[in-house]
Amino acid sequence: MSRTATTYGGASHGSVRAYTWGLLLSLGLTLIPFGLVMTGALAGPAMVAVIAATAGLQILVQLVCFMHLDRDSEGGWTLLSLAFTVLILAIVVVGSLWIMHHLHHNVMPG
Amino acid sequence: MAMTHPAPQAAGHDHQEAGDTTLFGFWIYLMSDCLLFGCLFATYAVLQGNTAGGPSAAELFELPFVLGETLLLLASSFTFGLGVLAMHRDDRRGLNRWLVITFLLGAAFIGMELYEFHHLIAAGAGPQRSAFLSAFFTLVGTHGLHVGLGLVWLLVLLIQVNTQGLTAMTRPRVLCLSLFWHFLDVVWICVFSIVYLLGVMS
Repeated sequence: MSRTATTYGGASHGSVRAYTWGLLLSLGLTLIPFGLVMTGALAGPAMVAVIAATAGLQILVQLVCFMHLDRDSEGGWTLLSLAFTVLILAIVVVGSLWIMHHLHHNVMPG
Repeated sequence: MAMTHPAPQAAGHDHQEAGDTTLFGFWIYLMSDCLLFGCLFATYAVLQGNTAGGPSAAELFELPFVLGETLLLLASSFTFGLGVLAMHRDDRRGLNRWLVITFLLGAAFIGMELYEFHHLIAAGAGPQRSAFLSAFFTLVGTHGLHVGLGLVWLLVLLIQVNTQGLTAMTRPRVLCLSLFWHFLDVVWICVFSIVYLLGVMS
């Protein structure tokens, strides 16, 4: 991202170039998994991995290009609070799936 | 966090300090909203296969239609960004124009989502049909509710910007709503990937 003027706590204003890059990259990262699922070119774990990777990348692209996330905004507190949120999300989502998978495995017949 | 910044050199920094804490406070709200969505995603992931003999995700969802919704929301995120750039240039007409375009794109997204919900319910796949569909309507409906409230906020902000002008009060509000809007697009990436793409391929 190009150097841009900053005011609020060092948060970047962004630029037309950053927004355009964000749009184009997001578009690509949406169309790639969409095309693969629609054509059935990939299946199984490989397809799941591609969907997860493109989604994760697109989230990063939008955080940086659209929401101007960087290490310096608010003296690093923005990034730190995001990291903490991601940790809690991982515990909640992975924990729920793990517990319910085992419950399902142990309780359900067959 | 005002504590982490060097002390303001002059009284003229007060406005910036106010906007500073407002934006960071709003960011903290977004993080808590993120946790709300995380719980709904966890619920959906657990209940996804519990169709109670009813239709599954692969039988119900029309991917090209959902791609249309995705592109509308992505485009609206982009146009809101251009609006913020116009605001930083003190170009109120430009800000107005981009915010109105953003509103129309967001309204089209909500229109498509309501059509999809209506279509599902009319086909007997409403939220009462199975645990999978209850979780689906709760998750996607909560996102849609956020977008709907964002549209109301956008209207209020358009009125404020045009009656009060671009002031130390209205500028941080535009920035907060822009963060909210981009955040909703990020949540939609997860909805599109987890609910629709993974749902259709399974």
